[in-house]
Amino acid sequence: MMGTVSPGFKGRGRRTEPGVELPPGQYLVEDFPVLSAGPTPDIDPQDWELTITSETGDQQRWDWTGFRALPSEPVTVDLHCVTHWTKLGTTWEGVSLDTLLAEVETSAGFALVSSYGGYSTNLPLEDLVDHKAWIAFGYDGQDLEEEHGGPARLLVPHLYLWKSAKWVRGIQLGDQDEPGFWESLGYHKYGDPWQEQRYWGD
Amino acid sequence: MTSANLWADGRALAGPLHDVVAFDVTAAVGRCTGCGRTAAMAEVRVFDHAPGVVARCPSCDQVLLRLVHGPGRAWLDLRGLAYLQVPAPEET
Repeated sequence: MMGTVSPGFKGRGRRTEPGVELPPGQYLVEDFPVLSAGPTPDIDPQDWELTITSETGDQQRWDWTGFRALPSEPVTVDLHCVTHWTKLGTTWEGVSLDTLLAEVETSAGFALVSSYGGYSTNLPLEDLVDHKAWIAFGYDGQDLEEEHGGPARLLVPHLYLWKSAKWVRGIQLGDQDEPGFWESLGYHKYGDPWQEQRYWGD
Repeated sequence: MTSANLWADGRALAGPLHDVVAFDVTAAVGRCTGCGRTAAMAEVRVFDHAPGVVARCPSCDQVLLRLVHGPGRAWLDLRGLAYLQVPAPEET
């Protein structure tokens, strides 16, 4: 393949592909860029836990063994990062949020997701249900690498990728849409890539 | 990419902040509100492979400074800094 140039190739890592519709302002990548607002936390699965806390304070908690005993499923989705790259057809293994939330009694409208290392992001609870979101622990047939959020990350592929919090630790449910790490500093509170909701007011 | 090159040293703040504040941030001294470390901003850790720029304390990892650039506007959060000591001209 050396020496061949594909039509539409616009430089290393940037290209367009005929017949593939991308969200506005996005370009395709083949690699998987690593973005992070802080150091990669060192998480021992023995110490790992995931909690979901309802608006009344009731809390469900899973340790690694309990979490991995839950039914999981393969997921193939496109990823859209607010920094303009899109990666098509990524393959994951994860536990549906429907499975986790089935054990939580709530009438909350919103979720604030927090991570090991201090990151957070917010989204409506309805965006976590009906097979739209997973806690992913596998990527491309392997355990999820720590630089991509391992041992487990949120995966909400219909929103910009900053919503898919790496190193997920807890989900707080509530009646207010509390802004997370980036949403409190200019980034859109919802982040629909097809509506190009990048910044406040978009 | 390894964890080691996820961040750069504080000199990486100079470019992104140039249009937002009128002094060279890397020449300033900042105090972390978390651990109290007081040192040149050139020594902080800058995570700029991200939707914005995040500067963290090299001692305790607390966020010192965040900067997001959007079209025609920028947002700057300095809550993690108790103060910035910046070079200023002598008063006459």
